[in-house]
Amino acid sequence: MGAVVENNTINGKPNQDVFSATLLELARADKNIVAVTSDSRGSGKLVAFGQQLPAQIVEIGIAEQNLVGVAAGLASAGKKAFAVSPACFLTARALEQIKNDVAYSDNPVRLVGISAGVSYGALGTTHHSLHDFAVLRAINNITIITPADNFETTEAVKFAVKTDKPLYLRFGKKAMPLLTDDADNKFEPGKGRIIRKGADIALIATGETVYPALLAAGLLAEIGIEATVVSMHTIKPLDSELILQLAEETGAIVTVEEHSVNGGLGEACASLLLQNGYGKPFKIMGIPDEYTVTGSQVEILNHYGLSAEGITSVVTGMLKTTQL
Amino acid sequence: MTETELKQKSVTYRKKILKYIVGAKAGHTGGSLSCIDILNVLYNEVMNVGPKNFTSPDRDRYIQSKGHCVEALFVVLADKGFFPESDLETLCKYKSHYIGHPTRKVHGVEQNTGALGHGLPISAGTALAAKMDGKSYRVFTLMGDGELPEGSNWEAALTASHYKLDNLCAIVDKNTLQITGSTAEVCNTDPLDEKFESFGWAVKHVDGHDLKALKETFDSMPFEPGKPNLVIAHTTKGKGISFMENSVKWHHGVPDKEQYEIALTELDNLLVF
Repeated sequence: MGAVVENNTINGKPNQDVFSATLLELARADKNIVAVTSDSRGSGKLVAFGQQLPAQIVEIGIAEQNLVGVAAGLASAGKKAFAVSPACFLTARALEQIKNDVAYSDNPVRLVGISAGVSYGALGTTHHSLHDFAVLRAINNITIITPADNFETTEAVKFAVKTDKPLYLRFGKKAMPLLTDDADNKFEPGKGRIIRKGADIALIATGETVYPALLAAGLLAEIGIEATVVSMHTIKPLDSELILQLAEETGAIVTVEEHSVNGGLGEACASLLLQNGYGKPFKIMGIPDEYTVTGSQVEILNHYGLSAEGITSVVTGMLKTTQL
Repeated sequence: MTETELKQKSVTYRKKILKYIVGAKAGHTGGSLSCIDILNVLYNEVMNVGPKNFTSPDRDRYIQSKGHCVEALFVVLADKGFFPESDLETLCKYKSHYIGHPTRKVHGVEQNTGALGHGLPISAGTALAAKMDGKSYRVFTLMGDGELPEGSNWEAALTASHYKLDNLCAIVDKNTLQITGSTAEVCNTDPLDEKFESFGWAVKHVDGHDLKALKETFDSMPFEPGKPNLVIAHTTKGKGISFMENSVKWHHGVPDKEQYEIALTELDNLLVF
């Protein structure tokens, strides 16, 4: 652990490729699994699904409100409907349908936000989803899961097929490496996965930012700072127990997410910690409340410090200040 | 049910709508009175749904897109035996499930509605599931003419036509009024038949208070095989009570004691054949 690897030279697959492959495999054995798409089968990697299981894909066309409404109707009639659309459109354009037709009506639609965060990079703010955790966290009766690696993605899709409650899955386009080869480190919805242990600081990250957090932990170890790294794949319900345990056991907490610093994982942790008397150093890393810098996904993430070096720099700065 | 019995039901339902709106001191009076004959015919003459088969995957579905006219739905569901009518005494009261819009916490309600433009997409999805599963149930959704500018309706109209959902029936309660005034003045959606026909739907017009004509219309589904069905029900907002008819102020007006008494008398007079 600790070897620094560039994000774009790793040997994993994009999580959304793993999502579609897993869904196809599961759908072969369960004809009630239905993919519902908004001209999004290409970006959702569902072309093979459509070719091999044409009776189990419902194309809506570019109409996200209708996508979610129709998926709710399908779900109410027993279909395991996966509504797949870019996260930016799915969770903004169709928010009222998510709130009412899915969450409030308790229709177990599996909403799948693809190309999430700043995956679309230079396509700009219209195509970024930096609000989805915030808006969905404020809606009752929906689970939010952002898998970090291919293993978590596979497990999350298996869970999605089994659940009978509304669910939002969020995936990005980058190839992602396995966080750990420890087969005993299971994926359990609602429970953060501890990828690495260290007493000086806890890095609580989610989705594709877990990997740079893990790389940062390696860099920090080289200068004598031991970090715990958690993949907090489930944003809601939040694993309060683990976070409070980390508050006890480590000297500081940094949260990392490819989302606005407003309303996401960081503020969820801050709320929990403050209400439980936490007084140690704490920092939220994410995309600040400003017009997002232009550039590729990696350039944007690097610009805002959501990289191994950026996280390392924030942690060393925090701990230095604390020691003074 | 005989024609007379059905007509009696419409009068009774109207009285109950008023009773519970008066009790709650809130409700959507005008629209509930405009759509009640449609619900009467659907639940008593057309749809295969009741408390005994409500969990059956083969039941017909009714989804009320114009959720604000929930009082009409609740009195019909109570009459069908989904819950004791006395439950409606809690309408809009603290902790009651019987709130101002349909919720599935009330037995017999298929979907939570209230935000407009949601019923048709959900209904299309439900009807599509029937086609995928080779089931013969039908899906009915009641829309207000005032909610038609919501774009999601037109998205769903495309989907229903694309997937040839002739097991789907959308009914527009065309009472021509909404809270601001005439629908034609707020946002004209006419000619509605031509719009839906151009979207690939089969359309029928009916007098939305003519119980026999309503039944005949629904019984003739599918109007054209392979096309979703649209019933444009021409109705009168506030129907049955002279001073409420065609008056925007009764959109969610609540009658006072005197008005309530007059209304009941007028409704009784409707039964003098």
